[in-house]
Amino acid sequence: MIGLAPILESQEMSASIILQLILSGVTIGSIYAMVALGFNIIYNSTSIINFAQGEFVMLGGMFMVSLVGPLNLPMWVAFPIAVLAVTLIGTAFERLCIHPLKMPSVLSLIIITIAGSILLKGGAMFAWGKETFSLPHFSTEKPILLLEATILPQTVWILGIIGMVVLLLALFFRFTIVGKAMRACAANRPAASLVGINVKRIVLLSFALSAAIGAIAGIIITPISLMDYERGAILGLKGFGAAVLGGLGNPMGAVVAGFLIGIVESLCAGLISSHYKDAVGLVVLLMVLFIKPSGLFGSAQVSKLKKF
Amino acid sequence: MLTIRNLEAYYGAIQALKGVSLHILPEEIVCLIGANGAGKSTLLHAISGLVPLVKGEISLDGVSLVGRSPEEIVALGISQVAEGRQIFAPLTVLENLELGAYQRFRKEGRRQIAQEIERIFELFPALKERKAQPAGTLSGGEQQMLVISRALMSKPKLLLLDEPSMGLAPIVAKEIFQIIRDLRKSGTTILLVEQNAQMALSLADRGYVLETGKIILEGETAELLQNREVKRAYLGKGRKGFLEE
Repeated sequence: MIGLAPILESQEMSASIILQLILSGVTIGSIYAMVALGFNIIYNSTSIINFAQGEFVMLGGMFMVSLVGPLNLPMWVAFPIAVLAVTLIGTAFERLCIHPLKMPSVLSLIIITIAGSILLKGGAMFAWGKETFSLPHFSTEKPILLLEATILPQTVWILGIIGMVVLLLALFFRFTIVGKAMRACAANRPAASLVGINVKRIVLLSFALSAAIGAIAGIIITPISLMDYERGAILGLKGFGAAVLGGLGNPMGAVVAGFLIGIVESLCAGLISSHYKDAVGLVVLLMVLFIKPSGLFGSAQVSKLKKF
Repeated sequence: MLTIRNLEAYYGAIQALKGVSLHILPEEIVCLIGANGAGKSTLLHAISGLVPLVKGEISLDGVSLVGRSPEEIVALGISQVAEGRQIFAPLTVLENLELGAYQRFRKEGRRQIAQEIERIFELFPALKERKAQPAGTLSGGEQQMLVISRALMSKPKLLLLDEPSMGLAPIVAKEIFQIIRDLRKSGTTILLVEQNAQMALSLADRGYVLETGKIILEGETAELLQNREVKRAYLGKGRKGFLEE
């Protein structure tokens, strides 16, 4: 454990360290934000929490590792293939495990997703073993100097790609008829089917979309934080925390909450101890839920109508 | 146009409809009246494919609807305005209307739909003023106009209206009934479910009276309005008035 005193000795030094910590918090937070977005998309169309979301992230990273390493494909080729592979897994998961059920309860669906996550994790262990894998950075590893802190070019990639994903999602939901139909399903499912929207197809699409988003998150984080078959669980948990913190069903809230958890964690790791890093995000989550159960950005009125 | 024969519908072990038969001719307004829990909404849900367990026959222009999914039934030309103003509250008025034409989007393209929406706005200027607002911010009457026009966006052969006047101030309810009258002039076929029997019977051609899952009376609305049973049970004529007549 690093004592506080040496860090805080000089004022200037501490300012730059805090900036550094915030930057690394933003990096990891953006991954939580992506995972939380995935939770939200599925939650909105089905009102279930897909606990296999973290596994999509892990699988994205793992596929990328295999495509770039043993298969020796260039990054820009491997990236879409890995995303596509995970999207197909997400689609298959919905078709095989969620779709066949007639009038299932929300609880039984959630338990199915937990089973799915265990299955995917086991499958990944079978396929890739228990090792931890790394991935080359997308471009140079030479840090860029930003104010008093340094930032890795990979971080810039991560933020850029996430910015792009969030922007594309926002455009998709606002301007395409299918995106609007997905929002309509979230707002009022019986009415959506009465205007002729095929709700089951929307559910399938939401699984495909969140699998793709999860895969992208897994691919871009692996060069910095490495990947192994068990990594999905903790990423999924943090992402779930961010989704709840931001108010379930509220994508923008999820993004903000993801960054918040990332930054709090990183500050805790740097200033207090990295042992408590994983706990602190969840403590923040608990505190928010005690004080404002609908989440930071959720409306209390809406949360009354939710099943969860 | 629509023919229903011996329809039975179940919610689990509960039988909500016990052999209902009715028919609707083209360009007719048919109303269905009955007390709470008589099975009126169940009947509409069954037509729209929302009741999983249905026995009997429902057919639209000879095409059977039983066992079809709600979106197939919309594609065949039946549009339902469900009870309780089922808007997409966080979406804008414009988006609500666009989604009404969800299935036509692929076939006819954005421009065609936009023209259609303009026509709707001519009929309902109040909606045009608020087209960029979330639908949840509209007043009750405006929301009812929105769901009716959203249902019209799919160009239905048959429009099912479930309690369009429910929860609206009498003056607003009158406006909604005026809209239904106007729709009739434009040749829309309508099945209207109402608790406000007086209003419903005054604008429909024919009516059916549903009680505990069975049709107990049917006929021209003029006849029904004169019927003693109907008067007593649904038109709120007290016992005294009833005896005096």
